[in-house]
Amino acid sequence: MSWDISKIDQWKAEDFPRGAAIPDAGNSRDYVTGGWRSERPERDDDKCTQCLLCWIFCPDSAINVADEKVTTFNYDHCKGCGVCATECPFDAITMVPEGCELKGEK
Amino acid sequence: MATQKTLAATGNVLVAEAMRQCAPDVMAAYPITPQTTIVEEFAKFVAQGRVHTEYVTVESEHSAMSACVGASAAGARVMTATSSQGLALMWEELHIASGMRLPIVMANANRALSAPINIHCDHSDVMGARDTGWIILFAETAQEAYDNTIMSVRIAEHPDVLLPVMTTLDGFITTHSIDRAQVMDDETVAAFVGDYHPDLALLDDTKPPVSHGNFAGLGGPYFEFKKAQRNAIDRSAAVIKSVGEEWSAICERPFGVIEGWGMEDAELAIVAIGSTAGNARHVARELRAQGVRVGVLKVRVFRPFPFAEIADALGGCKAVAVLDRSESFGAEGGPLFLEVRSALYDRAERPAIVDYIYGLGGADVKLELMRRVFSDLSDIADGAEVPGRLVYLGAR
Ligand code: SF4
Ligand code: SF4
Repeated sequence: MSWDISKIDQWKAEDFPRGAAIPDAGNSRDYVTGGWRSERPERDDDKCTQCLLCWIFCPDSAINVADEKVTTFNYDHCKGCGVCATECPFDAITMVPEGCELKGEK
Repeated sequence: MATQKTLAATGNVLVAEAMRQCAPDVMAAYPITPQTTIVEEFAKFVAQGRVHTEYVTVESEHSAMSACVGASAAGARVMTATSSQGLALMWEELHIASGMRLPIVMANANRALSAPINIHCDHSDVMGARDTGWIILFAETAQEAYDNTIMSVRIAEHPDVLLPVMTTLDGFITTHSIDRAQVMDDETVAAFVGDYHPDLALLDDTKPPVSHGNFAGLGGPYFEFKKAQRNAIDRSAAVIKSVGEEWSAICERPFGVIEGWGMEDAELAIVAIGSTAGNARHVARELRAQGVRVGVLKVRVFRPFPFAEIADALGGCKAVAVLDRSESFGAEGGPLFLEVRSALYDRAERPAIVDYIYGLGGADVKLELMRRVFSDLSDIADGAEVPGRLVYLGAR
């Protein structure tokens, strides 16, 4: 089943599943939580050795990996907890206060 | 073929019997006077293997209702029972059960709230829970407590409703007095309530996984969920009626949302809920024999409140007394009075209406008090002034 919530803003009271149940699994990606962040992680590609520890530790699965390499952060879901920056053995991740321009990563 | 046998039993024994016949998957309960004998009796049925219910003994009513919420979300048919301080301790879960739209059925033995400590009948506990989103039924007799329990299952689990139901009986007066009642055979009750097939069960592996108890805050649809809940309890009014008619056809007892005695041509009427309706009717019969046009209106369903039916029933009266067995301190009157008076607001012709607070903490509801109320009403109908505020009936 795929629960289509693309029009949720237009739903009327009776369109919502009864009692605020969520009648499907795997849809937390539809819930954008990046706005909760006060600091965002930024990765220095020169320092990064691609050990992937940050990817393992991130509690929100917000670190994107392609071909076994860290590529970008998923800022739609990264809550800015700083776990990745703390765990990176090579100090390749810095937490930057929000309110600054994003450097092209999305 | 439906067969009934006549039993002499207490209200609590009959509620436990009805619960056994409805065969809940889970019961989670904590004992509290005067409800204890319901869960005690039910525990006996479980121990004897007469019902296959997962009986969860918990450490408080807060936990009892929490376990009920979890079990109901999992997809079980769930029942419990409580009273007074126990109901008060369930407070937050009462809202959670109705907000999550879980069809839990709970019996409440109506009892006063502390302080001072008192274990006897009044409606302070259930009336305090009147805005928790539960459907609320009041039984006058042990028989009605039995029937209401069975009907509650059908009402709660009806697809148009899916809300919890509180089925209440008066502490000690109805819970502990032995009364004569007709008990239906097990097969007929089982067929009447049917099986429960939840569509959003946590533990249904044959359907996509579901999550319950979700967040809907900060610009989310909380407001819309409450509107849906309001629609559901509004829809329950028709379901309560049709389930009542259906059960009535089987057991041959009537189940109106309100029940009038002498209301067709009554000039003076008492509106009451629970066991007191019987006291009022007894006196009304005496007065009728003397030619006084009196009537008694019993309210069996308090939530959803039968506004239109009550307005129609009372519209032709000259003077009406509402008997409230609980307070709403600082309000214009007790909970029943506020609703009844509001029900009459839209009518062009309105009777004079007086609120009597009575019987708090089990204070005796003597027939003499009922006579006094009818006599007050008679004076008002003859032009005496309507009391400017509620009357504490029989208090020193
Ligand atoms: S800051 Fe926290 S949430 Fe964001 S990417 Fe790092 S570990 Fe994940
Ligand atoms: S933990 Fe540090 S070094 Fe390892 S992949 Fe992540 S950013 Fe690169």
